[in-house]
Amino acid sequence: MNKMPKWADAVLIPLISILLAFFFSGLVIWAIGKDPVVAIKTMVQGAFGSTSGISYTLYYATNFIFTGLAVAVAYHARLFNIGGEGQAMLGGLGVTLVCLAVPWPHWTLALPAAMIGGALFGAAWAFIPAWLQAKRGSHIVITTIMFNYIGAALLGYLLTKVLKVPGSMLTESARFPEGAHLPNFSEILAPFGINFSPNAPANMAFFVALLCTFLFWILIWKTRLGYEIRAYGQSETAAKYAGINPSRIVIIAMLISGGLAGLMAINNVMGEAERLIDNAVEGAGFIGIAVALMGRNHPIGILLAALLFGFLYQGGAELSFWESIPRELVVVIQALVIMFTGALDNMVRMPLEKLFVALGKNKKKEA
Amino acid sequence: MTLKTTFLGAAAALALTSGAALADPAIIFDLGGKFDKSFNESSYNGAERWKAETGGSYRDVELQSDAQREQALRRFAENGFNPIIMAGFSFATALETVAADFPDTKFAIIDMVVDAPNVRSVVFNEHEGSYLVGIAAAYAAEGDTVSFVGGMDIPLISKFACGYAQGFKSVKPEGEVIVNMTGTTPAAWNDPVKGGELTRAQKAAGSEVVFAAAGGTGLGVLQTAADEDMLAIGVDSNQNYLQPGHVLTSMVKRVDNAVYDAFMQGEDLETGIFVMGLANEGVGAAIDEYNEALITPEMKAAMDDATAKIISGEVVVHDYMSDETCPAY
Repeated sequence: MNKMPKWADAVLIPLISILLAFFFSGLVIWAIGKDPVVAIKTMVQGAFGSTSGISYTLYYATNFIFTGLAVAVAYHARLFNIGGEGQAMLGGLGVTLVCLAVPWPHWTLALPAAMIGGALFGAAWAFIPAWLQAKRGSHIVITTIMFNYIGAALLGYLLTKVLKVPGSMLTESARFPEGAHLPNFSEILAPFGINFSPNAPANMAFFVALLCTFLFWILIWKTRLGYEIRAYGQSETAAKYAGINPSRIVIIAMLISGGLAGLMAINNVMGEAERLIDNAVEGAGFIGIAVALMGRNHPIGILLAALLFGFLYQGGAELSFWESIPRELVVVIQALVIMFTGALDNMVRMPLEKLFVALGKNKKKEA
Repeated sequence: MTLKTTFLGAAAALALTSGAALADPAIIFDLGGKFDKSFNESSYNGAERWKAETGGSYRDVELQSDAQREQALRRFAENGFNPIIMAGFSFATALETVAADFPDTKFAIIDMVVDAPNVRSVVFNEHEGSYLVGIAAAYAAEGDTVSFVGGMDIPLISKFACGYAQGFKSVKPEGEVIVNMTGTTPAAWNDPVKGGELTRAQKAAGSEVVFAAAGGTGLGVLQTAADEDMLAIGVDSNQNYLQPGHVLTSMVKRVDNAVYDAFMQGEDLETGIFVMGLANEGVGAAIDEYNEALITPEMKAAMDDATAKIISGEVVVHDYMSDETCPAY
């Protein structure tokens, strides 16, 4: 059977999907009586037009890289982990406990410890659904989404009863000590003479995310474990026949997945808020699903998709700041992009495949 | 090249629009959204009243996430909006840092005290207003039991409950006030079903009047009170019209006045702590055509008497938030 060239699969389909999504978003904006061109300009300008805008875009993108990678690891084992939200919440708890436990002298010490804390808590939260899937056959989609609610309730309890500063009305933990402050882009770039907005949230965690993206690639395509994960994902029976232990792969893949989701907390909890607030994840766990789908579970794809969603988040915020476009419509635009790139993939793929097949036949005839 | 010019054009256009908007006021609503029939909507109404009276324009935004609090504050301050009003105590942490960075911009925060030279902190004496509706509840109830449904379990809501209990016990010292909170997370602000369940349970325990200080959850309390033939007391906005004949009164909190006043003062906004209490009509019990029939003359007299005594200082209503204890329960 004739197939599409690789470049079409990796570049053309997402591109067409995005253009379609933007076209329909433009229609929505036009329908509420605003100028779509101005709206797009505001979004682009707001997301990339200033160092502060870039910083917010990268901050959101960092969240999505972590959760996107988390979904992708599990997906390579054909496990649909939609519990990234809860795992990232628990990761936030781990990071908070680490940051508040010790009066950290410097971030270089605090960051590795916090990473371990976040990843451990995230992985632990993923372990229970993973174990239930591996040993009891409870479907991972059901258990992980239910664990999101349990996680939210647990954090709500801890924030109102245990971690809350006495007398405060805010459901948040105490502020982390100075030594746990992660340098933001302004502090990182200042030694190189580059001026960057000092009050924007992008921080060291972005580089950790890039490192994780690289390690993800090594793990999935260059190690025996990655091979086993992919083999199990392609065919469980074949994997079993080849001597791969399915329970082990399910549990390990989910532990890595949960750990990556939990690592997100070094960005939003340690890097940005510097304290644990209620609902700190704000849907990044679910966006991770869209990011992984759109990035075709490949690290480069995930990186680009995360940037796109970072742009949508930051550009969307600018839209509601300056264009008086209600926040509900910003969500509609984000949803359109998710729908076209994730759910309606085949709508673009099928006609394109036919087109390439037709082109291929023509070429053969000519030859 | 063309792309670059487009961007530059867009940048110039943005700079121009923000320049034109110089010194307009701005308001930032909390995550609940501006049409919540309660707190945010009240502040929105204040801003709209200012707009209608002065013909001015203002910028507003509803936030989508917590990370946007500081961002919105900063973006508005950078672009010359002044003053900038925040509806809700959750802005405190963001405001502390931003206020220091923009010393020439005036900020106002509602329901929270932020100590900075360019910040006006507007707080309400909810306990005084709640004391009044507690008196009303005591006169309206034939027996000795009334109740309270709170939203999220935070000190601010206990302040309502404590004032209410004190008012009730000033009339019926041996009576009982049942206090229930809907939950411990922000979801408790919008759970009308659970609000209704709590009300039903309180009725079963003998309660005749229920005071709801619970945001959207309160709508369920009012509905159930009407279904179960009890009396309810509304909160924040005047909610008497929601279930006519079953809403005894509403403990109104004039957030709209706070926003209106701040907008009126504009760039010359007086800073410091502003306490809105009974004396300056920041809180009170709403009486209108929907509840006139429920307010008896002696109830009205007792409420007026208490109002006068609180304003003169003869009666001091204990503020739960001062020491996190309540003498009345």
